[in-house]
Formats: sequence, C-alpha cells, structure tokens
Amino acid sequence: MVGVKKIKNAPWSAKIGILMVSITLLTALFAPVIAPFDEAEKVGDIWLAPGGKTILGTDQLGRDLFTRMVYGARNTIAIALLITFLAFLVGVVTGLMAATVGGWLDMIFSRIVDVFMAFPALILTLMILSILGTSIPVLIIVIALLDATKVFRLARALAMDITVMEFVEVARLRGEGLRWIIIKEILPNALPALIAEFGLRFCFIFLFISALSFLGLGIQPPAADWGSMVRENAGAISFGIFVPLYPAAAIAFLTVGINLVVDWFLHISAQIRAQ
Amino acid sequence: MNSIFGIVVKRLAAGLVTILVVSALIFVGIEALPGDPATAILGQQATEENLAALRKELKLDLPPHIRYFSWLNGFIHGDLGRSLSNQRPVSEMIGWRFSNTLFLALSAACIAVPLALSLGLLAALYKDTMLDKSLSIASLSAISFPEFFVGYILIAIFSVKLHMFPSVASINDGMSFLQKLNVIVLPCITLMLVVLAHMMRMTRASVIGILTSPYIEMARLKGVEMRAIITKHALPNALAPIVNVVIMDLAWLIVGVVVVEVVFVYPGLGQLLVDSVSKRDLPVVQASGLIFACTYILLNLTADILSILANPKLRIPK
Repeated sequence: MVGVKKIKNAPWSAKIGILMVSITLLTALFAPVIAPFDEAEKVGDIWLAPGGKTILGTDQLGRDLFTRMVYGARNTIAIALLITFLAFLVGVVTGLMAATVGGWLDMIFSRIVDVFMAFPALILTLMILSILGTSIPVLIIVIALLDATKVFRLARALAMDITVMEFVEVARLRGEGLRWIIIKEILPNALPALIAEFGLRFCFIFLFISALSFLGLGIQPPAADWGSMVRENAGAISFGIFVPLYPAAAIAFLTVGINLVVDWFLHISAQIRAQ
Repeated sequence: MNSIFGIVVKRLAAGLVTILVVSALIFVGIEALPGDPATAILGQQATEENLAALRKELKLDLPPHIRYFSWLNGFIHGDLGRSLSNQRPVSEMIGWRFSNTLFLALSAACIAVPLALSLGLLAALYKDTMLDKSLSIASLSAISFPEFFVGYILIAIFSVKLHMFPSVASINDGMSFLQKLNVIVLPCITLMLVVLAHMMRMTRASVIGILTSPYIEMARLKGVEMRAIITKHALPNALAPIVNVVIMDLAWLIVGVVVVEVVFVYPGLGQLLVDSVSKRDLPVVQASGLIFACTYILLNLTADILSILANPKLRIPK
C-alpha cells in the first residue's frame, strides 16, 4: 500500500506525531475499557498522591485522576471533532459555491465573513455565550460557525484557482451542472490542502474549547474534560501538588502530535506541487 | 505620493466602518436577548411603577436606534452605563483594569518583539543548520501549548519550587514600578511565549522568501558584501511583511491576555470580561467586549497602513 510506504519513509518527527495522535485517539475510543473506575466515582480522599489503587492520584473531589483523564479525552475530542466536521461542511460548501457561482452570492458571503474576521474569535464567543448561556449545543454551533468563516476563506481561494483551469472550462462547455462541477472537478483538486487544514483547524478548535472550559464557560461539570480539570484543580498547585499539569500536558501532547503530522503533510503537498 | 495617501485614507475609512458595524452587532446582539434589564436589576418582586421609573432612567422607553446612538455617544464620552450585578458605573470598573491589561501586554510585547525578530533572522540566515532545526521544533511545540499549560509550568517551577516570583499577580496602585514588574514577571513570560513562536516563524519565512529572490542573488553575484545585502537590499523589502506579522501578533496578544489573566488572577480587563460573562452582567460584557474589539481592529488597521507605507513598490508613482 502507498500509505504504509509513505509513513515508513516519513521523517522521525512525523512518526512521533502519528504515534502521539494514535495513542490519544485509541484512549478516547476505548475509554470505558481502559479506565479502572467510573467517570464520576469517588475512590478516596482529595488530591491523593499517585500510587496504591490509583495511577495518578485523585482530583479535587477524590475521583480517580487517571479515569477522569481517559474520559476527558473522549469528551473533549468528540466535541472538537464534531465542531470541525460542521465547520468544514458549512465552510467548504459555501466557499466552493461562492467561487464557482461568483457575483452577488460571492459578495454576500465574503462581506459576512469579513465582519466576523474583524472580531477576535474568543471575545466574540464570550459575548455570545453571555447572551445565550453556556450549553453544549450552543458551544458547538457558535464555534463551528466561527471556524467555518476561516474554512470558507481557504475553500474559496482554492476554488478560485481551480475554476479558471481548462478542465473546468471543458466541463462547463459540455453542459455539466453546477453540482457536478463542484463535486467532480473542483473538490478533488482542493482536497489535499483541505485535509491539511482539517488537522490544523481541529487543533485550533480543540485548544479553543479547552481554553473556554478552563475559563469555566465551556464543557460543564460533572462531565470530565481536560480544560475544566485544569480549572477545577488549579488550587492544588500552591500546595506543591501538580494535578492541574496532567490534563494540561495531555492537551499539549495531542496538539503537538497533530502539528507534527500536519507539518509533514504540508511538506509533502508542497513537494507534489513543485513537481 | 497621492496614491499612497488615497490608499491610506480608504483603509482608515474601512476601519471606521468595521468598528461601527461591530459596535452595532454588539448592541443588537444584546438587545435581542429575551428578558427585560429593568426586571433583571430590580428582581421579580418589583412594582410596576418602580420598573417604569427605572426603564425611563435606563432610557429603555426610547426606540432602539436612538438608544444605540446614545449608547455609542456615551461610549465615546466614557459613560458606559452601570453594572447589573453591583450597580457601579462600568467606566469606573473598566478604566483601572484596562490600564493593567495594557501594562501587562506592553511589557510582554517589549520583550517578545525584539527577541522574535532576532531569533527569526538567525534561523533564516542559518537555514537548515542544527540551530534552525531546534528553533523550529521548539517553536512548533510552543504554538501547540495552551497558555494555561505554560502558565502553570512556570508557577510550578518559579513560584512553588524556587519561591522566586509570586504565583498570584495581585497588583495595586500603591506598589512601586519595580514591585509591579516583579509581580507580573510570570504572566508576562507566559504571554510572551504565546506570541514569540509564531512571530519568529513568520519572520524566518519572510526573510527566507526574500533572500532567495532574484535581486538578492544579483547583488551577491555583483560581489556586494553580505552585511550590505541584508541592510540595504533585504531589510527594506522584508520590513512590510514583518511589521504586519508583529502587529497582527500583538492583536493576538490582546486575546491571549484573557486566559493568562485568569491563570495568574491578574486584575485586568480579560478577567473582568470572563467574570461578567458567567454572571451575565451585560453592560460590562458589552463595554469590555467593545474595547477588546476596538483594540484588535485598530492594531490590524495600523498593520495595514504601516505595510502600505513600508512597501517600496508603492513609493514610485505609476
């Protein structure tokens, strides 16, 4: 298989990245199998040191920290993935439409996106959350729409370059419909850049949700989530107990891993374009 | 020169329009909220007369577009209304905190900008050496770290283990400048690291882009000294993109400050915004959000105008 061969020839940084991402994803996928306790089960005193029946000790309510970490992976990654998919669905569809149809449709979409881009995303999200209140559906829709504006920009720019190519012209003259042109001619050519962007976008969204949870405005307790775990256990650090560092390190572990893979992917697509 | 002037004026006008649109969006967004601020302030047991009096005082009886302009007018003159949670004037709560936030952000910028530019330049000049590669890996990981991870690592090392700096950055006006600096060392380093990596990578990329361009090769083949190539040929052309990146990153710093302030319990505007969002204290959210947005837009505007002015190609009239 080509894929396996490519991974074998990948630089060591990319291999480490793939390993880091797979470890986290597998943990998230098999959380109930891996976790020794229940998500909300109290197993002892608060902030117990590692050792005994716990691997990493306990949290601020006496729940097993390792179990919370494992379930946290599942909750945070699931939500971040869902948001990224939604953002891409909206962003790619509108972006490709804007570029191929052009005219007033392009004008309207682009101006709306300009207004949103003029605003720092975190500030805008905070303001919307103060109006609508924090809940998972609100979070998902707000962040997905905000990130869709960035996907829109990329998809539109990519499609703009592709629509002027001869093969699109040919398809148009042949009398193919708009849907056919977008799906069969433009999308396949824009795909490699979009996939790299998917990784980066997921990274941003993941960090964004973690930051919101850390501020107490993201995923709400009792659901385990890495950002909230940092917040809930922040007080421990002044006693020399480093509990908040574990979930924070887990976030960094996943995002560094994704960045290493995406970096390699961008290199490959740059090489392909150069040929 | 006329053409440059025209471009700058156009860009300024666009910036002003953006600020107006954003302020209108903030106003409409909060207007669209179900519920009545008067009831929110006085509680469910308030009498109908009291509610009516308060509505009049808050100008809620006027039509929305008039209220928008009076809100905007108040904003320009420093009158931001009263907080819903403690009835204090919002401008009083915000003024001191905003200056704290600016103090923290400016201190971080003063270190981050020169450091990022020199590291980026070094990485570009010694491209593909060990130095470049290690800087690249280090900055890639720094970009992926959440701000609070960096913050708590610094607290764990420098505050809990070494007792060098306080973990809580409580600042007040009675402190001397040096005491203030001592308190903000850790939040400042955290904030600096957040933008340093990105700024460095962008500087590296734009310098490399320019060093490989044909006119630099020409200068090299002509036998121009390396130093002269960098100062006379490369820098004037690299300036526009680099200035752009620096100011964009400063705009990003204004946002990063929110999380850092919460980590270090620093009494700044970001902390106030987060608190007010969870309390749903809308006048405070409205005002601090608009201040953040304006700062961000103004910085972006400055970046655009500076890069127009710094672009050598635009200096020659067509």
